[in-house]
Amino acid sequence: MDDKVVYLLRLGDNALILSQQLAQWCGKGPALEEDMALTNVALDLLGQTRLWYEYAAELEGAGRDEDQLAYLRDAHEFRNCLLLEQPNGNYADTLMRQFYFDSWHYFLIEGLTRSSDTRIAAIAAKALKEVSYHLRRSGDLIVRLGDGTEVSHLWTQAAADELWMYSGEVFAYDAVDEAMVSAGVAPPAAELRAQWLAHVGEVFAEATLTLPPADAWMQSGGKQGRHSEHLGYILAEMQFLQRAYPGAAW
Amino acid sequence: MSKEWPLWEIFIRSQHGLAHKHVGSLHAPDAAMAVNNARDVYTRRNEGVSIWVVRAADIVASSPADKDTLFEPANSKVYRHPTFFPMPDEVKNL
Repeated sequence: MDDKVVYLLRLGDNALILSQQLAQWCGKGPALEEDMALTNVALDLLGQTRLWYEYAAELEGAGRDEDQLAYLRDAHEFRNCLLLEQPNGNYADTLMRQFYFDSWHYFLIEGLTRSSDTRIAAIAAKALKEVSYHLRRSGDLIVRLGDGTEVSHLWTQAAADELWMYSGEVFAYDAVDEAMVSAGVAPPAAELRAQWLAHVGEVFAEATLTLPPADAWMQSGGKQGRHSEHLGYILAEMQFLQRAYPGAAW
Repeated sequence: MSKEWPLWEIFIRSQHGLAHKHVGSLHAPDAAMAVNNARDVYTRRNEGVSIWVVRAADIVASSPADKDTLFEPANSKVYRHPTFFPMPDEVKNL
């Protein structure tokens, strides 16, 4: 498979899996307004997923469309980061997962607006408004929870520590990523990581949270299709109908 | 809703709107979050909107019982309404 197709699938898979996870909060948020906000973010990400998939399917030229990419690939063919398939857990877990992701996603998308691939740059420009809002929102809530009550602080710090080992996978560039960097399609890892660490550090300081060690060991594999035990369950639920009634139109 | 989440009234000026219109209310712990929530609940993040949030407790409303004293004088005196002046063509759309 072409490097660019793989790269686009990674972008799409990240957005799709996180969107699917956030959608599970529908009707279960801690407040009506939070419920709306979480599902709004889920819809934003789903919209981005479709744009990445559409382009990936076109480049691939194998006659697959966005629906087939979403519903007819199995876990080993998904290339989302492990962070995003981690369970929703409690509200702090969900928000920390979101915050780690948003902090990377924002700088990535911002970088992609200058991509040498005009189609990618256009999709990024469209997504930038959404991810700017996501970043502001999750950062704001992390500060509120971290610097909230003793209990909220405790839970938020626990979520920060728990998810930390999944936060670095996005900066572990493999041959596909490097090919994209040399082609001027994607921003280099070091640049993104510096921006990410600075932002996360800033928000954590304001939230009175302790930043886990930056040089800690990081779990990876999701980008190459080696996933945690969680993804299979997510896909089983997400893909059930398409598997049961293949080729059905809706 | 817990007592720490007061009610906020939301006023929104739409993209081509001239004035802020009351669109509804929501609960939020503070003004900043009320603005954020208003974006999610009432604007779906349309561009070019302006949002005002006001704590419901800060709004003073007229009492329905005062309806007559407040509005009647105008209704019964047609000479108070500027409807007897022919308008020049140039300002037809006023």
